[in-house]
Amino acid sequence: MNVIDLAKTPLREVNSRLQKLPKDTNERLWKLVNVHGEHACAVGLSQPIEVQIDGHIGYYCGGMNQEATIVVNGQCGVGLAENIMSGEVRVKGNASAAAGATGQGGLIVIEGDAGTRCGISMKGVDIVVGGSVGAMSAFMAQAGSLAVCGDAGANLGDSLYEARLYVQGKVESLGADCVEKTMTPHHLAKLERLLKRAGINADPNKFKRYGSARKLYNFHVDNVDAY
Amino acid sequence: MCGIVGLFLKNPALQSTLGAHLETMLIGMTERGPDSAGIAVYHSPVAQGRSKLTLFNADEAYPWRKLAGDIGTALGVETDVSQKGNHALLVAETSESKVIDWLHANRSDVRIMGYGKLMEVYKDMGLPGAVAEKYGLKKMAGTHAIGHTRMATESAVTTEHSHPFTPAPDMCLVHNGSLSNHNNLRKWLKKQGQTFDTDNDSEVAARYFAYRLSEGATLEEALEAGLTDLDGFFTFTMGTKDGFAVVRDGIACKPAVLAENDDWVAMASEFRSLAYLPNIEKAKIWEPAPATVYTWSLH
Repeated sequence: MNVIDLAKTPLREVNSRLQKLPKDTNERLWKLVNVHGEHACAVGLSQPIEVQIDGHIGYYCGGMNQEATIVVNGQCGVGLAENIMSGEVRVKGNASAAAGATGQGGLIVIEGDAGTRCGISMKGVDIVVGGSVGAMSAFMAQAGSLAVCGDAGANLGDSLYEARLYVQGKVESLGADCVEKTMTPHHLAKLERLLKRAGINADPNKFKRYGSARKLYNFHVDNVDAY
Repeated sequence: MCGIVGLFLKNPALQSTLGAHLETMLIGMTERGPDSAGIAVYHSPVAQGRSKLTLFNADEAYPWRKLAGDIGTALGVETDVSQKGNHALLVAETSESKVIDWLHANRSDVRIMGYGKLMEVYKDMGLPGAVAEKYGLKKMAGTHAIGHTRMATESAVTTEHSHPFTPAPDMCLVHNGSLSNHNNLRKWLKKQGQTFDTDNDSEVAARYFAYRLSEGATLEEALEAGLTDLDGFFTFTMGTKDGFAVVRDGIACKPAVLAENDDWVAMASEFRSLAYLPNIEKAKIWEPAPATVYTWSLH
């Protein structure tokens, strides 16, 4: 394992080194220590390597990830794995606001709680949260799935296009155009596979499914007086 | 953009390290606010019947000793003054309101940065580390302290627009965000008898909370009322003589992280300001929820 001490090596150098690894690299396991809440740590990685981050980390950790597996042994700041394309980003603690924002693919696992706007504008990423998510989660979500083992804050799935939302606990309120939907055997099987893939021990039968009522797709003539 | 930090010590054994920890936290917010910084430190309470005021004049050669002498003669009380940069700490053997009234009537060139029994306030231009160094933050012992770093995006870099705002004895407020109904609220507060030093929206919030507290509200009640009456974006951190509070608006788009263990409670705009606190690895760390009031008290 390659260990990099961020108290000694500047973050920019660390990111550059990880980004430039060749596809056939043998250096597949990395550990970053003394990270002290740095922003934009382990971003833009594009090879199937594993990066372990020891300690709490700042904003945009694992952003734009492709192929790599990133594990944060701590808490993380705003914009975890924003615009993730593929691979996996896992946080052992809590994540702040806008985790997985605009994510296009791959898997994000937050073992603790996520803050507000988790999965905002997600476009295909799968997000599994072991705890609860804050208000406005999955705002304008377009594709992918968000599974929450705890509770969801106010206005879940506001202005949702598509994307599948599963919540085991209580939902404080649903946002505009987000409705509860029937959990079909098809969705149950998908959720079961997702939880298994995330390594989260939860019973899929206890979840409820939410999704788009698809009423905001087109302008409704009844609303014409509002303009 | 701004950075906010606050530290509230629960364990009295840590009081001698208050300033040193706040300095590290303040420096952590350098990238969020490299233009100016301000601090409010709750330490060295004055004896019964005395008050202390932090005063400011941009001229470092301002005759503070003469001012202290004039106040002493005019009010017939003992005074003591010590200079730090372009600030001075004045201790007077009378109530702060008497000194303030005298200053307003006789010394329009002196700005009052803060007053009370234990709070001292310093605000200056420059990098947070340089400001902390200049005012000897590292050596300040005490129970709690709040800091603010500013990156000027719209108005000038001046000390009067810098935080913390200090609307009442031993009370300070720092704000990250902007209020949209501050003009109406200012008008209303003026009708209630509040006076204003600046046109700043954060000062309106500070005076709003001071007004609520003066009407008998508890810290929690004042902040809860603020969630209804203040419109806009805010993460506030507030200090009172024995209390510490954090509240964010209902959208919560201005960042905040809280951390707490048995020894302390700490707040910062970003985690990197908390990264070097003692035993942070084992502290509870969370993001304060929208429209939720968090308060701590020494008693």
